Amino acid sequence: MLALGVLLLSLVVLAGALHISGYDAGRALSALWRGSLGSTNALFSATLVRATPLLLAGLGIGLAFRAGIWNIGAEGQLLAGAAAATAFALLLDEMPRVLLVPGVLAAGAGAGMLWAGVAELLRRRRGVLEVISTIMLNFVALHFVGFLVHGPLQEPTGIYPQSSSIADAARLPSLVAETRLHGGFLIALIIAPVLWWWLRSTAAGFRLRAVGANPDAAKMAGRIDVARVVGTAFLASGALAGLAGAVEVTGVTFALYENLSPGYGYTAIVVALLGRLDPIMIVPSAILFGGLESGALAMQRDAGIPSVVVTAIEAVIVLALLIADRLAATRTIPNELGASSPDDSADAGHGARDVSPGLA
Amino acid sequence: MTELEALLEASVRTATPLALAALGETVAERAGVVNIGLEGVILAGAFGALVGASTGTLGGVAVAILAGVATAAVFAAFAVGARADQIITGMAVTLLSVGVTGTLYRSIYGASGAALTIPTVGPVSIPLLSQLPIVGRAAFEQPPFTYLAYVLVPAVWWWMYRTHGGLALRAIGEAPEAARAVGIHERRVRAGAVLFGGALGGVSGASLVLAQSGTFAEGMSAGRGFIAIAIVVLGRWHPVGVGIAALVFGLVSALQFFFQTMGWRAPYQLFLLLPYLLTLVLLGMRRSRGAAPLALGQP
Repeated sequence: MLALGVLLLSLVVLAGALHISGYDAGRALSALWRGSLGSTNALFSATLVRATPLLLAGLGIGLAFRAGIWNIGAEGQLLAGAAAATAFALLLDEMPRVLLVPGVLAAGAGAGMLWAGVAELLRRRRGVLEVISTIMLNFVALHFVGFLVHGPLQEPTGIYPQSSSIADAARLPSLVAETRLHGGFLIALIIAPVLWWWLRSTAAGFRLRAVGANPDAAKMAGRIDVARVVGTAFLASGALAGLAGAVEVTGVTFALYENLSPGYGYTAIVVALLGRLDPIMIVPSAILFGGLESGALAMQRDAGIPSVVVTAIEAVIVLALLIADRLAATRTIPNELGASSPDDSADAGHGARDVSPGLA
Repeated sequence: MTELEALLEASVRTATPLALAALGETVAERAGVVNIGLEGVILAGAFGALVGASTGTLGGVAVAILAGVATAAVFAAFAVGARADQIITGMAVTLLSVGVTGTLYRSIYGASGAALTIPTVGPVSIPLLSQLPIVGRAAFEQPPFTYLAYVLVPAVWWWMYRTHGGLALRAIGEAPEAARAVGIHERRVRAGAVLFGGALGGVSGASLVLAQSGTFAEGMSAGRGFIAIAIVVLGRWHPVGVGIAALVFGLVSALQFFFQTMGWRAPYQLFLLLPYLLTLVLLGMRRSRGAAPLALGQP
């Protein structure tokens, strides 16, 4: 409910801002609708296709944030996954199809895990904040992909900055005939409830939630190996982002490009936050952002509004969510504590990591 | 200019915007606030500089500072005012800046976003000092932004360690409750520190546009805000250390120009990823968390 309210508010803000800037807000919103949900083609060939990497990466980010790990590196992990998947598909295209597709996807997930693993190693051994290291790794991945498509993985004529196309046998099957929707969406749709069940009903899932809620209490009262739980969540998060990259290559682009990702990894953070870090809720959230970004492209085409405006909308959504959370927190906490000044009230959660569970 | 001189000159040039942004972030972090939105602040500053440059260089700097402070104010309102999580707020502020500057740029300067160039500020050579052998031209024949950084390093140090205001700032970063108990207005000081960081981030963005590229491009901050945050860690949250860390970083990034003039034929994308890889390597080389303000990142 809250998420829906925040979303509606953001759309109103968008329409207002467009109107003030002298754009035709009505025309813009109708273009947004046409480009996202207005037709079966828009839904199956644009919105859901774009939602797929957002969903996979968003599930990973949700998992990491739940464990109290600020993995901002989904973008880099996704690119690492895309690069590894492409390389695997190009090198081993003789493999039978039943092995090739799973192999390509596993290579992507593995590379994403490795990319997150670098940040995890730096965090555990050297105390490097994962916020900084994952962002740096995003830039390293971006330019490394640039190097690959200008160097070792460039298509044989050496003209275009992209790899050769992967073999048909390495491509994901189409899901709905005559549209671009591919099997990757189904994979993401299956992973979401499995993750939800795992978090909710298994001991390992409980440990992760406990660590995220309060690492000290988890260690003292629950004798939980906090470092291990956190590390596993971080790696799994990277694997999901890497899988997103592999799915994008095998389902949509069929080759490695420099601009393969229009910032999926960053949008996925907003997707996870709007989904309240809950794997089930992340599904509609991802579809929503898939639609918003597809619609924005139509808006640019039909109403001349720069599509980058969606990035500002995403920011407004996150800020609105933060305020909603704080309002909810200040409504309840002071009552429990009795009288307290506004300055003290916000400190009630001090010491505990009240942030990520607060969003959950 | 010899090759060594050229290398050192490029080091100082690369280090300048990073040092300016990192100094501002140092002040914010000593008050316990990590502003990941610094990336967005620099970007806003760069865009502001472009808008203001029509009235001259000083106008460009002034609008850049305004834009930087305004962006930092959004961060401060949420992360300090409402005590929202600093990391999430910072990411949102960066996204906001990317979206707003990109939309405005294309709306104002045409849908194509065709590059429009403005005159850049040339280097100003300091008499005598610029005659020094080897380092003279590198250090003392630079645009004014570099000299601003030279002045700010000792100024920030002096303020932080030799004034009551600086003591209050550090007290809040180490022990907010204790600082509050002795009557320090914690939120006010934190907000002030963030806004100061916004002003310097704005100047940093202005230096990119007015002293280096002479134009604006979407996302031109290119991760400098994040690198500046890493430089604060490498400089151990001390103004002088941060200044040195920025220079070291500038030197190693400038090696790419050196390699290119030496005729080293590696693909340029590998040079592009070097600064980020370098940040990771430097961060991994020593444990620096012990030097961090104790209350860093706590809402």
